[in-house]
Amino acid sequence: MTHWIILPVVLPALLAAIIVLGVRHHLMLQRVFALAGTGTLLAIAAGLFWTASDGTITLYQLGDWAAPFGIVLVADRLATLMVLLTAILALLVLLYAIGSGWDSRGQHFHALFQFQLMGIMGAFLTGDAFNLFVFFEVLLIASYGLMIHAGGTKRLRAGVQYMLFNLLGSTLFLFALGTIYAETGTLNMADLAQRVAAASADQTAGLRTASVLLLMVFAVKAAILPLHFWLPSSYASAPAPVAALFAIMTKVGAYAIIRFYTLVFPPSLTSMEGLFDTWLLPAALVSLAVGMIGVLGSRSLDRLVAFSIIGSMGMLMASVAVFTPQGITAALYYAVHSTLAAAALFLLVDVVRDRRGSKGAALVEAPPMAGGALVAGMFFAAAIAMAGLPPLSGFLGKLLILDAATGSALVWWVWAVVLGSSLIAVVGFSRAGSTIFWKAHAVPVPDPGHDTDPEDVQGSREPRDPPAKAPALPMVAIGGLLGLLVATTVFAGPLNRYLTATTDQLFDPAPYISTVLETPGKEIKSHYDDHGEDKGDDHGAEAAGDSHGSEESH
Amino acid sequence: MELLIASAIGALTAAGIYLVLRLRTFPVILGTSLLSYAVNVFLFATGRLVVDQPPILRDDVTSYTDPLPQALVLTAIVISFGMTAVVVIIALGAYLSGNDDHVDDQPGLFSEDGDDADSEMGSDYAGGGKTTTTEGSA
Repeated sequence: MTHWIILPVVLPALLAAIIVLGVRHHLMLQRVFALAGTGTLLAIAAGLFWTASDGTITLYQLGDWAAPFGIVLVADRLATLMVLLTAILALLVLLYAIGSGWDSRGQHFHALFQFQLMGIMGAFLTGDAFNLFVFFEVLLIASYGLMIHAGGTKRLRAGVQYMLFNLLGSTLFLFALGTIYAETGTLNMADLAQRVAAASADQTAGLRTASVLLLMVFAVKAAILPLHFWLPSSYASAPAPVAALFAIMTKVGAYAIIRFYTLVFPPSLTSMEGLFDTWLLPAALVSLAVGMIGVLGSRSLDRLVAFSIIGSMGMLMASVAVFTPQGITAALYYAVHSTLAAAALFLLVDVVRDRRGSKGAALVEAPPMAGGALVAGMFFAAAIAMAGLPPLSGFLGKLLILDAATGSALVWWVWAVVLGSSLIAVVGFSRAGSTIFWKAHAVPVPDPGHDTDPEDVQGSREPRDPPAKAPALPMVAIGGLLGLLVATTVFAGPLNRYLTATTDQLFDPAPYISTVLETPGKEIKSHYDDHGEDKGDDHGAEAAGDSHGSEESH
Repeated sequence: MELLIASAIGALTAAGIYLVLRLRTFPVILGTSLLSYAVNVFLFATGRLVVDQPPILRDDVTSYTDPLPQALVLTAIVISFGMTAVVVIIALGAYLSGNDDHVDDQPGLFSEDGDDADSEMGSDYAGGGKTTTTEGSA
C-alpha cells in the first residue's frame, strides 16, 4: 500500500503545526517553510496525478482497516486532478501573499493557509462521507481565520456572516449524513453506492430526503442561488490572496456534487427523479443570470469579481445538471478554467486597490496608477477569460457547455441564459475596465494635499510610483495564473481528452467500488484478546451483517 | 421514547430556525447552538434507539446498540462546540470594533464608496490580530 495519498493531508497539517508552534515569530522562516511545503505538495500532487492518469484507482486505508469499517482515501482521476489544481493555485497564491506582504498584516497567515490546504486536499481525496464532513470543517475553520486576517470592521462583519452561514450549512450536512446513515447503515461512499442501488422501494422517501439535503449543503458551498448570499460580501472583504484561494473552495462544492451524484445517487435511480433537471438546472441558470447581472451592477471591483464567481459557478453547475458524460466533462474543464481566472482576477483587484490609494477598488475615476499598462493588460486578459470571449479558455469552456446542453430538455433556456449572461458580463467587465484604466487618463492629476499619499512627489506629472514599493513577485504570480489560462486554452485538446477519460471513470463506478470494498485490510477481530491470529477470516463481513440487522429491527 | 426524542429534535430545530432568522448576532448564535443540539440528538437516534444494551461487538453479545452514531455524535459535538466558540469570539470582535451587532448588511457598511476601506484596515489592526490569535489556538 502506497502512503503517498495521505501526504497531501498530513504534510500541510504537520507544517501548520511547525509554523504555529516553532517559528511563530519569524516571518522569514514561516515563508520558507510555507513555500517549501507548498512546493513539495505540488510535486506530490503531480506524482499522484501521474499515477492516476492511466486510470488506476489507488486506495489508502487509514490504520489499515478495510472499508467500510475504516476510513479510506481514494485517488482516482477526478480527485487527483482537483488536488493538482489546488496545489498549483496554492503555490501561486502563496507567492502573491508573500510578494505583496499580505502575510505580514496579521498573525498566523501561513499556518492557517496550510490548514486550509489540508482541509481542501482531504475533501478531494476522502472516500468516506463523514470524513468529508470533517474535512469540510477543517477547511472552514481555517477559512474563518484567513477570512478575517488583518482585521478591520468590515472584514470582521463579513466574517461573522460567512461563519454563521457555513455553520448552518454544516448543521444541514449532519442532518443529511444522519438520514443517510439511518437509511443505509453505512457512510463509506462505495458501500453507500451499493446499498443505495439495492435499496427497497420503501426507502425511497428517506433516500430522497437525504440526497436533497446533501445537494443543498453542496449548493451552499458552490454558492448556487438561492444559497449564495454568503459569497459576495465575504469574498469581496477577504484579503486578496485568501479570496483567490477561496476560488477553489466553491469548486469543492461542485466536486462533492459530481462525486456524490455520479457514485452514490445517480439520477437514474427512482428516488432521484427530477432532482437535476427540475431543480438544479433552473437554479444554476438563475445563479448564472444573477451573477452576471451582479457584475453589471457592482459599484466596486471586488464585488464585481465576487459576483462573476457566482455567475461562473452557475455556468459550471448548469453543465453538471445536464448530467451527461459530455456535460460533466465540460463542467470539469470550466472548473479548471474558472478557478484560475477567478484567482487571477481577485489578485488583480488587490493590485488595483493597492495602487489607487484612497479610491481603492471602487468603480470611480482616479488618476492613473503606477504600472497601469501592465495591470490593465492583465485585467483585460483575465476579464476576457472570465466573461468567456475568444480566444481564451472561458470561450472554449462555454462552447463545450453549450454543446453538452443540446441533449437537455431545457436546451433553449440554457443557450439563452448562457449567451445572454455572457453579453451582460462583457458589458459589466468592460465598463469596469474602462472606468478604472481608461478614464483614469481623463482625470487631472490631483494637486498636492488632495492626495493622502505622503510619497506623492509635489507637482510631478508622473503617476504615483513609490520607489520602494514595486515588488515583481505579485505580478509574477498573477502572470503565472494567466499563463496557466493560456495553457488551458492551447492544450484544450489533450486536457479535454483527459477530462473525458475522467468522466468515463466517474460514469463507470464499478472499479471504484470494487477497489474500495474488495481491498483486504486488517479484519475486525471477534475476540478482544487474540490480536494477530486468524488473519483474513470473515468476521468483518459477519459484523457488517449484524449492524445491518440491528438497523432493520426498527 | 421515539415520540419523545422526535419531538425534542423537532422543538429544538424549530426554536433554532426561529432564532437564526433574528437580526442580531446573539440570538443567531443561540439559534445555531440549538440547531447543533438538535442535530446531535438526531445523529444519536440514527442508529435506532435501543435501551440498555452495550455499544460494542463481541462474540457472546447477541443484541447491542449501534456504536457508530455515538462516535459520530462525539465528533459532531466537538466540532460544533469549537465552531460556536470561534463564532462567538469573532462576533464579539466585530461588535467591539464596529459597535453594532447586526448580522445583516447595514446600509452604508458595504456601500463601497472607497473612502473607508484603507483607514479602517489600519486602525482596527490590533483587534483583528487578537481575534486571529484566539482562532488559531482554538
